[in-house]
Amino acid sequence: MKIQQISLFAENKPGHISAPARLLAKEGIDIRALYLADTQEYGILRLIVADWQKAAGILEAAGFIVKVTEVLAVEVPDRPGGLADVLGALEGSDINIEYMYAFPYVRGDQAILIFRFNDPDAAMERLQAAGINLVASEELLKK
Amino acid sequence: MMNRILETCAADCHPVSVPDYTPADELRALQLKRLQAVVTRAWQHVKLFRSRMDELGLTPDDVRSLEDIVKLPFTQKSDLRDNYPFGLFASPMKDVVRLHASSGTTGKPIVVAYTQEDVDVWTSVLVRCLAGCGLHRGDIIQVAYGYGLFTGGLGAHYGAEGLGATVVPASGGHADRQIMLMKDFGVTAMCCTPTYFLHLIDRAAELGVDMKDLPLRAGVFGAEPWTDAMRQRIEEMSSIEAFDIFGLSEIIGPGVGCECRRHNGLHIFEDHFYPEIVDPETGEPLPEGVEGELVLTTLSKQAMPMIRYRTHDMTRILPGQCACGRTLRRIDRIGRRSDDMLIIRGVNVFPSQVETALLAVDGVLPHFQIILTRSQGLDQMEVQVEVTPQMFNDKIGAMQELHDKLQHSLDRVLGIRVRVALVEAHTIERSEGKAKRVIDRRTS
Repeated sequence: MKIQQISLFAENKPGHISAPARLLAKEGIDIRALYLADTQEYGILRLIVADWQKAAGILEAAGFIVKVTEVLAVEVPDRPGGLADVLGALEGSDINIEYMYAFPYVRGDQAILIFRFNDPDAAMERLQAAGINLVASEELLKK
Repeated sequence: MMNRILETCAADCHPVSVPDYTPADELRALQLKRLQAVVTRAWQHVKLFRSRMDELGLTPDDVRSLEDIVKLPFTQKSDLRDNYPFGLFASPMKDVVRLHASSGTTGKPIVVAYTQEDVDVWTSVLVRCLAGCGLHRGDIIQVAYGYGLFTGGLGAHYGAEGLGATVVPASGGHADRQIMLMKDFGVTAMCCTPTYFLHLIDRAAELGVDMKDLPLRAGVFGAEPWTDAMRQRIEEMSSIEAFDIFGLSEIIGPGVGCECRRHNGLHIFEDHFYPEIVDPETGEPLPEGVEGELVLTTLSKQAMPMIRYRTHDMTRILPGQCACGRTLRRIDRIGRRSDDMLIIRGVNVFPSQVETALLAVDGVLPHFQIILTRSQGLDQMEVQVEVTPQMFNDKIGAMQELHDKLQHSLDRVLGIRVRVALVEAHTIERSEGKAKRVIDRRTS
């Protein structure tokens, strides 16, 4: 159920995001979700791609510093209080959200959020126990 | 001898300057007597020196002439570091009245000690420096070197006070306040680094103060190398006479040597500091007039004698006597070093210190580059660090934490504020696979 996310270090300068994007495009790798966290001087580009092993290999070969992290794709009812319900399932635990961002595709009345938890296994167990649906990577990455 | 002094020395000559005019033969005799005494003192009280003498089969009795100094072992900056903090002291702590410290290569500072006699000698050579610059009782001297562990501030302070001048102990920084003090107090001479004075000139102009309108007539500038072009700029923009002063904490601090009004090299106060020039590679002595590394021996130091200390400053001994009449030999102005030491805002920094500081953070040495620039007369140092796979984390918080750790480690080891920039892998230019450690964009 866990999804492999690729992170890249990029200086906050013009053109520093386009280089990895171009590399992946050249190899026909589809970027399904993307999130850029930035500071004044540098940023961290997080990607969910169709073939993470191949993408990581290409980027590393091109000299990028790549880190692969496990994240969860969580279905969140697309209604007021939907997110609060999901987060409610984690209350009272030591599970911490390191960061989160929205997946750009909505399935019916369900939005998909990508969560980076400090402990993805514990989070998975807890969310599933609460009846919250996690999207598997095959499902998430198909178009 | 007094008659000769009165002939050659201006009416405002300070009595303490008398030794500047000692006839050469008398000076050599005094140097030999003092060299024998200091070698004996170090041999009796400093373990390191004694063991090195033993290794060479030498005793103090082997110093029979000044030329015999070349037999003696060298002392290096690393010896001060390895014997941190008090290992090279030749006086018991109860006789030490002052400690100073400067940055070392591993984060531990280098410690130097003074007895009361040492402080008095230090004061006397600074008085001779300032008197040689034409300053005297009645002058108002502002000291804008940092006061503290750094020898610059307190050294110049004691010298100016010893001269009988009025001292304004402004210490470093706060340019607007420095300019206000200069203007309101009618300051006639400044002691600071040359780059800081250039900054004060620019800042004064912004504040609508023309330095040329102030009573300021002299600047005694040191703690960093500076060029004749800088001197010309300073003198043109402020209508003062700019003097180069030389010194280093290991020997005593500022006041080892200074220019006189002839501005033709720096007189070394040879009755207290014995200069030699050696080949920086082989350590062999070089003849007068040939450029090499300056090696200094303290002839009268009590608390911490330095025998044949390798300064790594490249210069030469100027042949002949100065037109000012002083018999003290002169060295050329120092322009470069025989090692990779950088001088940033008067503080000594080695690229290896940056390595140590980076390595201390997570045990991995990333590729790095030091970029030096100058802004508003002040040196700025940026350390660019290439992010390694071990360092990289997908969480911004973790990266900020890494940045802060690098920053703190560098601040602690170098003792000066530097800017840290995390850069992408493989972006620091390498020549023959090796990253160029220092890019110096400071222009004089």
